[in-house]
Amino acid sequence: MPMSAAPRTAIAGTTSTGRRRGPTAIIMRKLFDRKLVLVGAAILIVVALAALLAPRITPYDPMAIKILDRLQSPRVTHWFGTDELGRDVFSRVIFGARYSLMIGAVVVLVSTFCGVLLGLAAGFFRRLDGPIMRVVDAMMSFPDILLAIALVAVLGASIANVIIALAIVYTPRVARVVRASTLVVRELLYIEAARALGVSTWRILFIHILHNISSPILVQATFIFAYAVLAEAGLSFLGVGVPPEWPTWGTMIASGQQFAHQAIWLVMFPGVAIVLSALSLQMVGDGFRDLLDPKLRKSL
Amino acid sequence: MTRYLASRFAGMVIVMLIVAVLVFFITRLAPGDPAAVMLGEQATAADIAQLRATYGLDQPLPVQFLYWLGELSRGNLGQSIFLQRPVTQALLERAEPTFFLTLFSIVIAVLIGVPCGVAAAVWRGTATDQAFSGFAMLGASIPSFWFGLILMQIFAVSLGWLPVAGYGDPGAPLLDRLQHLILPSIVLGVVNSALILRFTRASMLDVLGEDHIRTARAKGASEARVVLHHALRNALIPVITALGLTFALLIGGAIVTETVFGLPGIGNLVVSAVLRRDYPVIQGALLVIAGLYVLINLLIDLLYLAIDPRVKY
Repeated sequence: MPMSAAPRTAIAGTTSTGRRRGPTAIIMRKLFDRKLVLVGAAILIVVALAALLAPRITPYDPMAIKILDRLQSPRVTHWFGTDELGRDVFSRVIFGARYSLMIGAVVVLVSTFCGVLLGLAAGFFRRLDGPIMRVVDAMMSFPDILLAIALVAVLGASIANVIIALAIVYTPRVARVVRASTLVVRELLYIEAARALGVSTWRILFIHILHNISSPILVQATFIFAYAVLAEAGLSFLGVGVPPEWPTWGTMIASGQQFAHQAIWLVMFPGVAIVLSALSLQMVGDGFRDLLDPKLRKSL
Repeated sequence: MTRYLASRFAGMVIVMLIVAVLVFFITRLAPGDPAAVMLGEQATAADIAQLRATYGLDQPLPVQFLYWLGELSRGNLGQSIFLQRPVTQALLERAEPTFFLTLFSIVIAVLIGVPCGVAAAVWRGTATDQAFSGFAMLGASIPSFWFGLILMQIFAVSLGWLPVAGYGDPGAPLLDRLQHLILPSIVLGVVNSALILRFTRASMLDVLGEDHIRTARAKGASEARVVLHHALRNALIPVITALGLTFALLIGGAIVTETVFGLPGIGNLVVSAVLRRDYPVIQGALLVIAGLYVLINLLIDLLYLAIDPRVKY
C-alpha cells in the first residue's frame, strides 16, 4: 500500500454491494447531498458552459457597434438591451464570463501554486517558518484591493498584470492554510515512518503531505476564485484593471455607470453575473468547508 | 502582561518594518525609470533629471531606502508630486469622510450582523437560520461598487431622498456633510455585515452547547437571559476578532465606494494617485492603512482582557 494512502483509508467506506468506495467518492457524495452545494455547482456549471460556448450561443458579436440601436431597453431582439454604442449587452455579459472566469481561474492556479510552495516550506522547515510567516503577515495587513491597486498601478493596466497582482495578493492566504495543515500532518506517524524508511524530503513534502492536505487547499482555492472575480471587477471598475476594450463584467459596469440613470440594465446584468458567480463559488466552498470541519461533519 | 505587551509590540514593529520594505520595493517594481513614469510621455530629459535629483532617485536603491526610512521615522511620508504638498497633509485633509464612513459602516455592520447571527444560532436549522445564512453568503458575494450604484439609482436618482454624490460644501455644517454618507455607509455596512453575522452565529452555536448554558436553563433563567446574558457575552471574543478583519474589508470597500459616491476621502485620493502615478501618495497611503490595520488588531487583542476575565496574558 502506498504510504500516502495510509491516513486516507480511515475514511474510506464500503457500499451495500460490498464494493469499496474511495475517500474522494465518499466526500463528493456527501458534498452533493447538500442542496446548497448542488445549487451552487449547477449555477457554476451554467456560467462556465456559457463562457466556453460564448461564440455559439451569443446572438451578436459583442464588439459590433450599432449606433442607431444605442441604449435600447431589454426586448425580444436584445434580451439584456444594448449599450451606449448599440452593442448587445447579453452577448457582452456572456463573453464577459470568459474573461472574468479566466482571470479568476488563472489567479487561483498561480496563487495556489506559490502559496503551496511557501506554506509547505514554512510548515515543514522550522527555520523558514518565522521569516516566511512574517512576510505573509505583513502582506496580509494590506487590504486586498488596496495592494492589488498599488501593484497594478506600478505594473501597468493589462489582463496579465491584473492576474499577477491578484495572485500576489492571494498567495499569502493559501500559504497560511497550507502551513497550518502542514504543521499538523508533519507530526503524524506515517511521516515519521517515511523518514525512517529514508524517503526523500521532497517526496515527503510533495507526495505524502501535499496529498493529505489537498482538501483545505481546495476549499481555499474555491473562495479565492470568488474573491478574484470580485476583485477583478473592482479593479476594472476603478479604471486600474483590465483595459476598457475587453468586455469583463467590471469594465462593463464601469463604462455603463455614466448611463445608469437612463439605462440601468447596463450595470444591472453584469452585476448580477458577478453576484451569481461569486455566490455559486461560495456555496460550493462553504459546503466543502462544512464537510471537512470535524465539528460540523457530525451533523451532515 | 508587561512581557506579553512588549512581545506583541516588538512583533508589530517587525511586521511594520517588513511592510515598509514591501511598500518601498512595490513602487520600485515599475519597469523603467520611475521618474519618467511619474512625469509621463511629455516630460523632457531635464525634467526627469530634476525629479530624480529632488526625490533622490539617482542614488543607489539601498541609500534611497535608508533615506526614506529615516524620513518615515520623523513622520515624513514624502511630497505628493501632483498635489505639491506633503503626503501626510494630503491624507489628513481627506481623513474626515473616510473616518466617518468607516465608523458608520462598522456600526451598521454590527447592528445587522450580531442580532442576525444570534437569531440564526438560536433558531439553528430553521427557516430563520437559512434566511440569515443565505443573506450572509449573498453579502459576501455582492461587489460594493455595484450595490452602491444600484442603491444610488433607486434612493438618490429616482426617489430623490438622499444626495446623489459628493460630500457637500466644505464650509457646510458637519450634519449636512454627514447626510452624504448615509447611502455609502449602508452599502458598506450591509456588505460587510456578512462576516460578523457568520462569526456571531458560529461562536453562539459553540457557546450554546456548553454546560453553563444548560445550568442556567436548569436554574430557570428565561431564554432571553440565557441567550443575551450568558451566551452572547461569552460569544463576543470571536466576534471582536471579526471586527478586526472587517476593518481591512471596510478600508478596501471604502476605496471603491468613495469612488462611486464621489466622496473626497483617502480611498478617492489613492485611486486618483494611482491614475496619476503619484507614487509618494500611494506609498504613504499603503503604509498608513497597513499600520492602522496592525494597530487595530493589537488593540483588539488587548480588548479581550476587558471583555473576558478568563483571558490572561
